[in-house]
Amino acid sequence: MLTTHALVLAIMLFCIGLVGLLSRRNILYMLLSLEIMLNAASLAFIAGGARWGQADGEIMFLFILTLAAAEVSVALGIVLQLSYRFKTLDADAFSEMKG
Amino acid sequence: MLRLLWLIPALPLAGFLVLALFGGRFSRRQIVWVGCGSVGTAALVTALVGADFLRGFPDRPSYHQTLWNWIDTSGMTIGVSWYLDALSLLMVAVITGIGFLIHLYSVEYMSGDDGYARFFAYMNLFLAAMLTLVLADNLPLLYLGWEGVGLCSYLLIGFWYREPEYGAAAQKAFIVTRIGDTAFAVGLFILFTQLKSLSIQQVQTLAADAWPVGSNLAVIVAVLFLAGAVGKSAQLPLQVWLPDAMAGPTPVSALIHAATMVTAGVYLIARMHRLFELAPPVLEAVAVIGLLTLLLAACSALVQRDIKRALAYSTMSQIGYMFLALGVGAWSAALFHFLTHSCFKALLFLAAGSVIHSLRHEQDIFRMGGLRRQLPLTFWTFLIGAAAMSGVPFITSGFYSKDWILWSAWSSPLSHRWIWFGALLGTLLTGLYSFRLIFRVFFGEVRTPPSGAPGVAMLVPLVVLAFFAVTVGFLELPRTLGDLPLFSQYLSHVLPTIETIPGMDESVEAHEQIAVTCSALLGIGLAAVLFLPRANVADRLAGTSLGRTLLPFWQGGWGFDRMYDGLIVRPWLHLTRESGEIIDRCYESLVVAAESFHGWLSRTQTGHVRWYAATVAVGALVLLGLFAM
Repeated sequence: MLTTHALVLAIMLFCIGLVGLLSRRNILYMLLSLEIMLNAASLAFIAGGARWGQADGEIMFLFILTLAAAEVSVALGIVLQLSYRFKTLDADAFSEMKG
Repeated sequence: MLRLLWLIPALPLAGFLVLALFGGRFSRRQIVWVGCGSVGTAALVTALVGADFLRGFPDRPSYHQTLWNWIDTSGMTIGVSWYLDALSLLMVAVITGIGFLIHLYSVEYMSGDDGYARFFAYMNLFLAAMLTLVLADNLPLLYLGWEGVGLCSYLLIGFWYREPEYGAAAQKAFIVTRIGDTAFAVGLFILFTQLKSLSIQQVQTLAADAWPVGSNLAVIVAVLFLAGAVGKSAQLPLQVWLPDAMAGPTPVSALIHAATMVTAGVYLIARMHRLFELAPPVLEAVAVIGLLTLLLAACSALVQRDIKRALAYSTMSQIGYMFLALGVGAWSAALFHFLTHSCFKALLFLAAGSVIHSLRHEQDIFRMGGLRRQLPLTFWTFLIGAAAMSGVPFITSGFYSKDWILWSAWSSPLSHRWIWFGALLGTLLTGLYSFRLIFRVFFGEVRTPPSGAPGVAMLVPLVVLAFFAVTVGFLELPRTLGDLPLFSQYLSHVLPTIETIPGMDESVEAHEQIAVTCSALLGIGLAAVLFLPRANVADRLAGTSLGRTLLPFWQGGWGFDRMYDGLIVRPWLHLTRESGEIIDRCYESLVVAAESFHGWLSRTQTGHVRWYAATVAVGALVLLGLFAM
């Protein structure tokens, strides 16, 4: 029961994150949505670990957290470079790979 | 000495190889030494081999020499084998002798040309191929020589390759003779499948045993061989290439299109005479083709402006005489005419070349005139050649050979009276057009002044050939004039002689000869009346309404070129262009499809990150869905 609730919450969070990712034009908000999706996934892991009574879910959560931190630092570096280059944070402006 | 037979075709071939590989680095003198030297040595070897052969003649009528096995399979073994008998010795002697004289002539004639080495290389290759053709013991080797001379003809007609029309003439010659060559090849295939042999002597014996006279197979094979001969010798209906072949340099016209290559057809029919005797309707066709070509070409020669085209049509006509002789069973007479014709036709072409050379490549006879005082030796040699061609009695070789042919046309059981009458008309026309050339070119006022007389290298061959044009006829004197049948006795070991119809005694022959002589002299007299510049009757005749319709028709070779153009060439080109367009469109549709697909795909690459993220999400969804199922 509890697991089902947790998973539904994870799904809802994931969808919110996905929609946010797809509909936001500002890169920073896209990164934010990405964080929400990551957290949703880790919530799913924890729900699973709680269901089977094993610590693996918690460990995966720690992994995902670390991964998210590392990824965000790299992403922010890239965003900085992009903002220097294109003078904007509009994701649609970075379409030089078109065609 | 006879063992040196293989050197005769090998020496010019070696000359070709040396000149082809190193000719660019040789000096003029070296090129001359190699180019003329190879042929001269071949002529010398011919003399030695011939002397040795004649010593053992007629007890040993033939000599074989096999060099190596060319094709060696389970079905057949074909070797590179040479066969020397009276007929091939005659051909070889003419080819090397006249070939050498023409090479000598070319030393001076082509001296101003950049392609000097290339010229001599091609001429040497031609001689090698022609000698292979006449010395071959089996039909594939003969065919090799046959194709080789066709190739060299193409190369030499289109020698001045920078002119596109010369290239077109070379292509025309090659394509038209190819038709004959293909028929010849099919004939070879039939012979092989039916008789399992391709050796010339063997195949004829086998055919004589296996096929009754007049049987379908013999007729078919003979017709196919005849087609090959007709193509190579420029007879009806494949005669259209010869006048245009005059685009090549004059020595080429003299050697290839007068003395040697065009006589290859005559040689083929004479060589395969036993096969042709098995197909009497084909022999009749040979005579009829000869007669028609003879008359058609004579009429066309009468109205040509270009001196070389006139001589080309006259060659066609004289070879028509040879075909006529072959067709009525006068095999040796045809070859005697070949011998005399080679001499006087080469002489005529070389003398014409001397005129052309002195007038800086002016070839229109209406722009020539009065050259007999300016170029005396050329005039006299040209006169001797024209007299020989017309058959001026007693003193020219052409008289004896043509007379023999006409007598055979009268007295042979295979002939008809109308053949003789047609040939007689031809004699008149021959005298007419030959002396037309003399009167137009050498008499009258000088229209184009010549610049410089020909030198030694051009004059020596002219004099030598003039000598032969007069004397070689004395090898065969008819019954009524001395009875010296040297030539016919010589060839009787190879070629059959036909029994004449009864009642043909000497008085009949004498009357017939008088008729022929009168016809020739009438032709010459008529030429004097029509074409001597003072009288100028010819121009008035040309102006009449009959003249205005008939003369251009004759000038265009009786409309054959136009007919072939409309019937074959243009539909073919139209077809290839149209079908080419269709095929191109098929391939283009592939290109269009690929391009449009590319367009669609590249529109999915928008460059927007969000779009890519969306596609990842949708893709993941689809995969999950597939997984769940």
